[in-house]
Amino acid sequence: MGTHLPSTEFDGTAVDDQREADAEAVMGEPPAQMVQLLGPDGKLGSDPVYSEYADKLTPDALRGLYGDMAAIRRFDVEATALQRQGQLALWVPLTGQEAAQIGSGRASQPQDYIFPTYREHGVALTRNVDLAELLRQFRGVSNGGWNPKDTNFHLYTLVLAAQTLHAVGYAMGIQRDQKLAAAAGSKAEVPDAAVIAYFGDGASSEGDVHESMVFASSYNAPVVFFCQNNHWAISVPTNVQTRVPLSNRAKGYGFPGIRVDGNDVIAVHAVTEWALEHARQGKGPVLIEAFTYRVGAHTTADDPTKYRPSSEEDAWRAKDPLLRLEKYLRAQGLADDAFFAQVKADGDELASYVRRTTHDLETPNIRSAFANTYAEAHPLVAEELAWFEEYSAGFAGEEPPAVPAGQAAAKAGH
Amino acid sequence: MTTMTIAKAINEGLRATLASNPKSLLMGEDIGPLGGVYRVTDGLIGEFGPDRVVDTPLAESGIIGTAIGLALRGYSPVCEIQFDGFVFPGFNQITTQLAKMHARSNGNLTVPVVIRIPYGGGIGSVEHHSESPEALFAHTAGLRIITPSNAHDAYWMIQQAVECLDPVIIFEPKRRYWLKGDVDVENPGPSADPFKAHVLREGTDATIVAYGPLVPVALAAANAAEEDGRSVEVIDLRSISPLDFDTVTASVQKTGRLIVAHEAPTFGGIGGEIAARISERAFHSLEAPVIRVGGFHMPYPVAKVEEDYLPDIDRILEALDRALSY
Repeated sequence: MGTHLPSTEFDGTAVDDQREADAEAVMGEPPAQMVQLLGPDGKLGSDPVYSEYADKLTPDALRGLYGDMAAIRRFDVEATALQRQGQLALWVPLTGQEAAQIGSGRASQPQDYIFPTYREHGVALTRNVDLAELLRQFRGVSNGGWNPKDTNFHLYTLVLAAQTLHAVGYAMGIQRDQKLAAAAGSKAEVPDAAVIAYFGDGASSEGDVHESMVFASSYNAPVVFFCQNNHWAISVPTNVQTRVPLSNRAKGYGFPGIRVDGNDVIAVHAVTEWALEHARQGKGPVLIEAFTYRVGAHTTADDPTKYRPSSEEDAWRAKDPLLRLEKYLRAQGLADDAFFAQVKADGDELASYVRRTTHDLETPNIRSAFANTYAEAHPLVAEELAWFEEYSAGFAGEEPPAVPAGQAAAKAGH
Repeated sequence: MTTMTIAKAINEGLRATLASNPKSLLMGEDIGPLGGVYRVTDGLIGEFGPDRVVDTPLAESGIIGTAIGLALRGYSPVCEIQFDGFVFPGFNQITTQLAKMHARSNGNLTVPVVIRIPYGGGIGSVEHHSESPEALFAHTAGLRIITPSNAHDAYWMIQQAVECLDPVIIFEPKRRYWLKGDVDVENPGPSADPFKAHVLREGTDATIVAYGPLVPVALAAANAAEEDGRSVEVIDLRSISPLDFDTVTASVQKTGRLIVAHEAPTFGGIGGEIAARISERAFHSLEAPVIRVGGFHMPYPVAKVEEDYLPDIDRILEALDRALSY
């Protein structure tokens, strides 16, 4: 494997070839080269900057990365099945993006704070979020589901790119914490921390991404923008969002932009670790574009056969992030059949846990919605709750009807 | 007691907040060395430095969005939106993120962001500089909305807003920025609760409810009516969300007639909400329909005709005549 392979060589699909050719014509220079260490053939290359970071990954860490990717893929299969069975209203699959998520999430440290989109299930796993809790919002029992203070993993945000600004503001807060601590002579209490803002190729067109990069650059905020370019914003391909590689946009804001092979967990981990160090050391923001692919649908409500050829999916499956790490681990003698059997068993156990727990996820009481609208007492909320209590009390002692009244009437032929 | 303008009172309130709360900071466009286009933040950057008084890039969504992030990290940001009509690039962040974050987190997170918005007309300015969009925000659960009409309230409200754990929008009556009044900087007195309405003038024949820039107009109308032998009560609402219906209801139970005045268009406005609630709460006390005095259903008109648009003393007196004719 060579160093800094251009993505055209890596990718091989006609669509991406055309995109890169367009980008070169638009920019008047070749597009940024993509960082890749572990190729689809499972062989490890080298890189003048990032190999040093990759070398820090111990055999245990490498096996851990594989185990995490396998676990989250198994989780994805299970959640999709739960949606098909009516246990979840919707599911947002991540298959194909395991390396981008596990690699970046595992590169973060506990004091770092993560702002996800709504597809970062793999990152959630690396932050020790209970994956059953993650399903709450897809089952319709919470709009959040976990306490971000426990894991430094923020709630999912469904309005595209809104969280990128929250990430920059949070990073501006870290800067101020450090200054306040320094002024008080207690630097040790505030560990150097950074923030990761996840977003996608589609969201990259949102104004909030632009504004967040402007603010981050102006204030030199310790934030890493992690864009998973999975090639499809529901049905719209990336070349509708941009004519140049997304990583190139960082140039305009004045900070580094790196395109990394998003299916290469070793490279993603190395690049993210570098970027987080850069940010924590006060050197400012970094944009990482993880070049990857959403192998499945946008959500379980989507039908990719209407907008893309299955040959494209097949071409990307050949670059599968798990397969290539498995090849490497086996070739290096770092993992054997027993290891992979154990990973599969662990995945099945996780799936079983998630299935069991999902069925038991408690339906909340509407009273909690009254309670959580405001942090402080609010007379209108109190008045409406009091009305609701009185109204509800009028039904006390009545058995709830087996079917809603309207349906009952319809069945009765009215 | 100190006499100062509303703009100066907010300035002093911000100064007191910055001095007492090390996690508070101001963010906005031109609020640094310039002191804001209305000079409300005048001198503060010199005292507290650029980390506490932050000149931001010209991006309202960015201001609100980064303020949310700062609040999540434990800070209390006070954002200045330069003019009412420029809040809309930040509308998404305010309504989909700021208002909902506490609920989304099941109560685990608080986002005590304060947003200052100079609002209202009567300053002879260009498009987007004279609007009253408060109803758009009042309709959004999760936000609190207050508006001072005098210097004393202005001084205390800004500090109370920062202390509140919920997001608070302060609509500042920009054409009254230079209105002077007595401020007790030691004691808020009756202004201790920013979410309570104040009865400014007692009366028995009718009640006029107003807020922000129209409070002095309502008082002048009541004084004019007194010359005609009519006893008019005037209420300064002070808080739009929550809205102190108890105070308004008690007044209407006494007077039997209610006029609500605001600069915002009447259709879909705060006056309609007050009329509906009061008709439920005080139906048997009402001698006349609740009458709204407000802007027309049109984009805010050009400066040369804005006086035809804005409610004034005569428009309120005309409404009073109608109410008393029942």
